[in-house]
Amino acid sequence: MSALHALTAREIARRVRAKELSAVDVARAFLDRAKALDPSLKVFLCLTAEAALEQARRVDEKIARGEAPGPLAGVPVAVKDNLCVTGIKTTCASKILENFTANYDATVIEKLRAAGAVFIGKTNLDEFAMGSSTENSAYFTTRNPWDPTRVPGGSSGGSAAAVAARLAPVSLGSDTGGSIRQPAALCGVVGLKPTYGRVSRFGLVAFASSLDQIGPFSTDVADAALLLQAMSGHDPKDSTSAPVPVPDFSKALTRGVKGLRVGLPKEYFIDGMDPVVEKAVRDAVKTLEGLGAQVVEISLPHTDAGLSVYYILAPSEASANLARFDGVRYGHRSTKAENLLQQYEFSRDEGFGPEVKRRIMLGTYALSSGYYDAFYLKAQKVRTLIKRDFDKAFESVDVIATPTTPTAAFKAGEKSSDPLQMYLSDVFTISCNLAGVPGLSLPCGFTKDNLPVGLQLLGKPFDEETLLAAAAAYEKATDWVRTPPVAA
Amino acid sequence: MSLTEKDVNHVARLARLALTPEERTTYRGQLGRILEHIQALAKYDVANVPPTSHVVPLSNVWRGDKAAPFANPESILANAPDREDVYFKVKKVIE
Repeated sequence: MSALHALTAREIARRVRAKELSAVDVARAFLDRAKALDPSLKVFLCLTAEAALEQARRVDEKIARGEAPGPLAGVPVAVKDNLCVTGIKTTCASKILENFTANYDATVIEKLRAAGAVFIGKTNLDEFAMGSSTENSAYFTTRNPWDPTRVPGGSSGGSAAAVAARLAPVSLGSDTGGSIRQPAALCGVVGLKPTYGRVSRFGLVAFASSLDQIGPFSTDVADAALLLQAMSGHDPKDSTSAPVPVPDFSKALTRGVKGLRVGLPKEYFIDGMDPVVEKAVRDAVKTLEGLGAQVVEISLPHTDAGLSVYYILAPSEASANLARFDGVRYGHRSTKAENLLQQYEFSRDEGFGPEVKRRIMLGTYALSSGYYDAFYLKAQKVRTLIKRDFDKAFESVDVIATPTTPTAAFKAGEKSSDPLQMYLSDVFTISCNLAGVPGLSLPCGFTKDNLPVGLQLLGKPFDEETLLAAAAAYEKATDWVRTPPVAA
Repeated sequence: MSLTEKDVNHVARLARLALTPEERTTYRGQLGRILEHIQALAKYDVANVPPTSHVVPLSNVWRGDKAAPFANPESILANAPDREDVYFKVKKVIE
């Protein structure tokens, strides 16, 4: 039993289906582990033991009755706290939603539930997913399992740390500008942002609706494929979810990279980048070459515009999406207000943290009369140029390889006083969201301080298969799937 | 790029944020610096480039306007900061 936490999600599901393990025992083991380690790691905003054990019991009963329990039978899943799970608090790590209980399941939650998954708790994030370190959480900062003085990345830092420390075999995050891939890189796990439209956003508390996607964290590539399979598909409840067929992702895992054209964009190897990160990524590309891939130098000329476009469009969309938090139907309501306008203004001022207010202000400004054309419309047009860069690149390559982040995990407090410095840590992950393409980060080395480094692979729209194929081939040829000392 | 105090007050009102004077000063400086960085976009000539609001080529996504029962309406009201019967209660809207 002691090594249960070292198992992959697919091995857990296999053993549960084969009745070698009960789903209840698996849930208990992970809940106990989370209870023991969470006080030092600060991953969970809440553990949902009761609901998890009830779900696990139902999986065991199904198996006892001889019914198919689903591909994720008994697999514990940690869920980023901006996804709605019926009857469970959904705070977005914000004071404004401190007492909000979700009354419906997000579509991904509904799908995973049907697949036999067991939700063990809600993980910490930067408030409303705005940030790169979890330091913007209104509650606490999650520790990086590789070094507790460092951040796990963000915004899905809790979900990344949960998997790195094996408090859950897999978890869910959301990615608007890198919020899955950046923490995956900093915590040394696999993180996948699907193509925009691949996974329904229904029940994800919206940050920037044209950029947000939900995706999995896992210890290896095959588990990412397993989760993606269960999450994907068109959903009538999300008008932006794409009516495209979902392939069998597991089939791609053994495809290999022979003849695969890997693009290396020169704009992603910049000054100020940690040389250790650069070397790890270049070595990874050599490894792919050694496995039969063909490496092609490419250019994504509008890369340097990505950050500016992002920090106009994402806050603009956020300022509109977050208008709903007004203290009327749910969420914090100020007790100081004397009229309705004050009720809005005080409730929002008291409920939102500094980064959320900063972005609402930025977005409101960019959308305001007189500035709309100069900022918002201009950014949407430059977004077209960024998208065209990718369209053109993918005429000559099948996948693009880059570093996920310019450096390994940084110290807590190192960037929190300078918003612009913090924004720059997302410089390699942002264009992917703007172009809507899928992206995956997986471990490709360690610094001398034993901090993980991430390799980012970007693919053509709706071609997650090629990403998974390249990542699986690389993973098989290398030895970077490691566990931090805390998870040993 | 610098923001005036008036700009900040105007935007805070539009955003329905009752910021303290200290917050207004902080945001004025920070937003100015962020906007300055964003000015980098000025160098791109996009006169003939269409805007991208959205990357998936979908348009006119329709569904039937059909009512469906919600399992537990009380759970919605239970989240209300203030309620009376089945209504959300707020400050007087019309003076």
